[in-house]
Amino acid sequence: MASDETNNILDEVTTGEYKYGFFTEVETETIPPGLSEETIRIISEKKMEPEWLLEFRLKAYRKWLTMPEPKWAHLQIPPIDFQEIIYYAAPKPKKELTSLDEVDPELLDTFNRLGISLDEQKRLSGVAVDAVFDSVSVKTTFSETLAREGIIFCSFSEAVQNHPELVKQYLGTVVPYADNYFAALNSAVFSDGSFCYIPKGVKCPVELSTYFRINAANTGQFERTLIVADEGAYVSYMEGCTAPMRDENQLHAAIVEIVAMKDAEVKYSTVQNWYPGDKEGKGGIYNFVTKRGLCKGERSRISWTQVETGSAITWKYPSCILMGDHSVGEFYSVAVTNNHQQADTGTKMIHLGKNTRSTIISKGISAGKSNNSYRGLVRVAKNAVNARNFSQCDSLLLGSQCGAHTFPYIRTENNTSIIEHEATTSKISDDQLFYCNQRGIDTESAIGLIVNGYAREVLNHLPMEFAVEAQKLLAISLEGSVG
Amino acid sequence: MLNIQDLHVQINGKEIIKGLHFSVNKGEVHAIMGPNGTGKSTLANVIAGKEQYEVTGGSITYKGLNLLDLAPEDRAREGIFLGFQYPVEIPGVSMTNFMRTAINEQRKYKGLPPMAAGDFLRYMKEKQQLVELQDKLSNRSVNEGFSGGEKKRNEIFQMAMLEPELAILDETDSGLDIDALKIVANGVNKLRRPDNATVVITHYQRLLDFIVPDFVHVLYEGRIVKSGGKELALELEEKGYEWIKGI
Ligand SMILES: Nc1ncnc2c1ncn2[C@@H]1O[C@H](COP(=O)(O)OP(=O)(O)OP(=O)(O)O)[C@@H](O)[C@H]1O
Ligand SMILES: [Mg+2]
Repeated sequence: MASDETNNILDEVTTGEYKYGFFTEVETETIPPGLSEETIRIISEKKMEPEWLLEFRLKAYRKWLTMPEPKWAHLQIPPIDFQEIIYYAAPKPKKELTSLDEVDPELLDTFNRLGISLDEQKRLSGVAVDAVFDSVSVKTTFSETLAREGIIFCSFSEAVQNHPELVKQYLGTVVPYADNYFAALNSAVFSDGSFCYIPKGVKCPVELSTYFRINAANTGQFERTLIVADEGAYVSYMEGCTAPMRDENQLHAAIVEIVAMKDAEVKYSTVQNWYPGDKEGKGGIYNFVTKRGLCKGERSRISWTQVETGSAITWKYPSCILMGDHSVGEFYSVAVTNNHQQADTGTKMIHLGKNTRSTIISKGISAGKSNNSYRGLVRVAKNAVNARNFSQCDSLLLGSQCGAHTFPYIRTENNTSIIEHEATTSKISDDQLFYCNQRGIDTESAIGLIVNGYAREVLNHLPMEFAVEAQKLLAISLEGSVG
Repeated sequence: MLNIQDLHVQINGKEIIKGLHFSVNKGEVHAIMGPNGTGKSTLANVIAGKEQYEVTGGSITYKGLNLLDLAPEDRAREGIFLGFQYPVEIPGVSMTNFMRTAINEQRKYKGLPPMAAGDFLRYMKEKQQLVELQDKLSNRSVNEGFSGGEKKRNEIFQMAMLEPELAILDETDSGLDIDALKIVANGVNKLRRPDNATVVITHYQRLLDFIVPDFVHVLYEGRIVKSGGKELALELEEKGYEWIKGI
């Protein structure tokens, strides 16, 4: 017999109301589609936001109205009707399924091949979670550990309510509302997201991950994340999930801001696997994300590691502003495009401080009729004495109908800087595939093996729990692309 | 175990193999010799199932199976191994990972569970010693930056790992120094069992001093024009291929 205490904890976890969880109140209302100042006031009011935040949203909105949609990326973006989008919809409670038998078998098959555990499968596909005691204790231990260290890890809305001074201090300091078209839009209408603060000298003992967020899937299409690592702090943060994510909202315009103070280090890992659309290119998510980190203090470090396999269109340049002297920025990326997917991704490394260093490793993999571009900027300002950058941008082509493009921009105003750029383009040859076949490895597995080998340098930077799934994900994303 | 009847093969519309007969029984070692460009590698690749080669006539049976119906990976899983004349490089894929995938795929085909990591590493060590392949090579990417001789030795290492029933070694001896040649030959000899067979393709009778064949065949212009015992290789070396053309 389960004790009352057990039942209480079970209740807590399955409803998400445990203390450090991410419970966002489930409301049922939505407001009509369309975007106006009125819409923004309603959003802000419903979220019970302070006046300054409403002002921030309104300023962003007014700016957005004056901005043209960006046209420079190597992408073909169908026109988006911003008046057709619903900007405030309280997260819909998902139709609760009672067992995995009710879930789309194709989805289950993918889950299995990714090696996702049964409990996790249920959680992802919206089957009522029969929380086993184990996972309860994992989650409670997790929350307790964070609390003990003084770490704040909560939803953005919660942070606005409970830590307004921190949010106000850092919001928009790395990605200003006027930064770009989609950043302005996000700043005006952002729905929810995560907030994370690591106090001085604290090394976060666990990987912070959206995994622990029960409402993760409902943060909406305009997600906003803010991570602050105070002096000497360390955190590794993981976003996303290898399981295929579907969403009714076609447009996703998120913002991630990271601030690293003196001697702080932030590692941010992403696996992005939004619905890419079907083989003919119908449907799929448009993923227009602004991610930027500010290495504010001396010797601070920010590293971005991303595995991008999903979305119909990806537009994303996780960047680092290396302001503190001796600060370090890193960008490790694998971007896979198949069928009709388009990706234009890369990074910007802005060297401002002395002796700043940056590393860029980008591995693009294109298959089918897809288009994959790397776009990167390395900028060295006048005072950035002895700045160093190393960039390596490789493209791997599968088949002859896909495209790979590299757009490296270098701007340096300081002649003591050293900037190295290497680029290669390669193909998987028939001879390589035959060699694998001849050893008993079928073509699909051979492609998986070769692609993972190609991406190894980047995958090595992922936290362990992500790396294994990411490897399988790469292979699965390219299925049917050759042969 | 292998039976080839009246085989015709084209590449890009050009006939390379022109009515070839060839058969191999368990426990036998065959050597195939012949001038450059006469179709030796073509024959080896066709047996292994390379797609670019079009079989326009004839039949190949292997262990009673119609070999031409099988995908190349299934031929491998059924025990056919090809030691490549020009092994390709696969950047980023470590030899260890490559071999583990290969072995586990083959085990899966036979209904066996994957080999545990520890067992695998021990097994690999043992086989490395057999061909005196240095440890460090297995940490490197498949054939990447290997010297010519290392690549050939690596082929024999893979053969040792996979324990094929029918091994076809396409000029595994060329590019090897005399010590390496002995090591490779020694490896092949140690792996010889009554229930497997080996076909060595070579230009040099020297190899046959170490791997003693039961039969020697001369492939010329897409056909086997002469077969005999070990002494045929000596005769060829002495008289050159001009002698064959006269036949
Ligand atoms: N992919 C190809 N396309 C066109 N011709 C080819 C191709 N592969 C082989 N050939 C031709 O087929 C013929 C036989 O080639 P093959 O490689 O089988 O010869 P070989 O007997 O192995 O020669 P060697 O002793 O030089 O290794 C040659 O004339 C060669 O040029
Ligand atoms: Mg040859």
